Amino acid sequence: MSTSVLFDAPGPRARRRHRLLGVATALVAVAVLVAVVLRLQDRGQLTAAKWEVFATPAYVQVLLEGLLDTLKAAVGAILLALVFGLVFGVGKLSSSRLVRWTSWTVVEFFRAVPLLMLIIFVWTIWSETIGSLWSLVIGLALYNGSVLAEVFRAGIQAVPKGQSEAAMAIGLRPSQTMRIVLLPQGIKIMLPSIVSQFIVALKDTSLGYVILAPGLTYAGKLIWGEFDNRLATGLVLAAIYIVANSLLSLVVTWLQRRLGAKPLEIVPAQMQSQAEAR
Amino acid sequence: MDALTDNASAILDGFWLTIQLLVVNGIGALVLGTLVASLRLSPVPVMRAVAGLYITVFRNTPLLVLIVITYFGLPEVGIQLGFFTRISIAMSVYTSTFIAEALRSGVNAVPLGQAEAARSIGMPFTMTLTQVVLPQAVRATVPPMASVLIALTKNTSLAAGFGLAEATFRLKGLVNDYATERWVIFFGIALGYIVIVEVISFGAARLERRWRVA
Repeated sequence: MSTSVLFDAPGPRARRRHRLLGVATALVAVAVLVAVVLRLQDRGQLTAAKWEVFATPAYVQVLLEGLLDTLKAAVGAILLALVFGLVFGVGKLSSSRLVRWTSWTVVEFFRAVPLLMLIIFVWTIWSETIGSLWSLVIGLALYNGSVLAEVFRAGIQAVPKGQSEAAMAIGLRPSQTMRIVLLPQGIKIMLPSIVSQFIVALKDTSLGYVILAPGLTYAGKLIWGEFDNRLATGLVLAAIYIVANSLLSLVVTWLQRRLGAKPLEIVPAQMQSQAEAR
Repeated sequence: MDALTDNASAILDGFWLTIQLLVVNGIGALVLGTLVASLRLSPVPVMRAVAGLYITVFRNTPLLVLIVITYFGLPEVGIQLGFFTRISIAMSVYTSTFIAEALRSGVNAVPLGQAEAARSIGMPFTMTLTQVVLPQAVRATVPPMASVLIALTKNTSLAAGFGLAEATFRLKGLVNDYATERWVIFFGIALGYIVIVEVISFGAARLERRWRVA
């Protein structure tokens, strides 16, 4: 930590002070945890009646099936989002102004509108034909697709310019350049961002709760409906999500190290004032 | 268009609540996030670890689950608060993790040589911080901060699932009442969100320009 801009490497006195502060912080943190646990105990939240269900095989299975549905929804959404992102990300780099502006408008629209609003709207319009799970998946795909479009654009632009120039020089058409030269190299740069986006999608599947789509949060709702243990269920759901997302974050770090890719420079939503040509 | 014009006041009321959620949670998240970021950047390893744990836990839990915990959980442990407050606690805590990371990345973006140069010309710690490091860090923080606020704007829609009649809640009601005008309603309310988002990004762009080094 001696390389922080904020402070020098500590000397002996500072080290002593830091140790003391460290102990004090640890004590405060433990005190907060103890206070929370005591409060829970005090209000009868730590009884077997509230928690036993999570050790009952039949209900563990309900949760596992919910988790499976959630994973399915997230995977389905990200696959659709990849197609959407590829189409509009490449579209944003098109040489045709019409294609460029259309792609830009579509992408910016779905990035600016709340995901929950998209999901509710898709669900009201099509739930009778496609059901609530697909309404969730389509809403997620539209939103994450618009984010991935930016990832694709940035990833393709991150490929050194000499590559596309060389491709043109040997007589490849623009579409061939994109397909044979730029995308294969760009994918390597994009992969960590794509997995990060999968984490976002996985978290957002919880929105299915609002339209009663099957999934982890809906499974939780079924359980607390029966056992009246909303707090306990909420904490269990949080724990499952934290474990799942932390594992995926490890994958992202591993991929970044493995591929030696720097994080992509993605223009934050709506910060880009107009469509750009290459 | 009848659906929009006839319900203009209800929709505007909805957006007023959306803006209230945005402002309250923006401030709440900023305060909490700054606190966590200062712990995260502290020279004391335990402080860094505590802040890291806070960020891992609250960032990886979906906002909806956090709201479930505060919305249903707080009354169960005998803490009686209104809808707005219970939802806001979850929203502020969730958003604060992103603010903390934005601030941290801003400070880390300042080159080490800047602080070294400041010290070598004899500036004391506080002067280095206030005159050299922070001005540059804050500038680097503007774009990620704007992204966080835009994400928060969209996240306020989650309150609709918990009985707060903000803009998305109004949409839900209106698309049921006016079956033939659903698309009009959808684009009308989407426009409202787009306006808020554009105001934030316009403000951020202005700030960035004003603070740019000449």
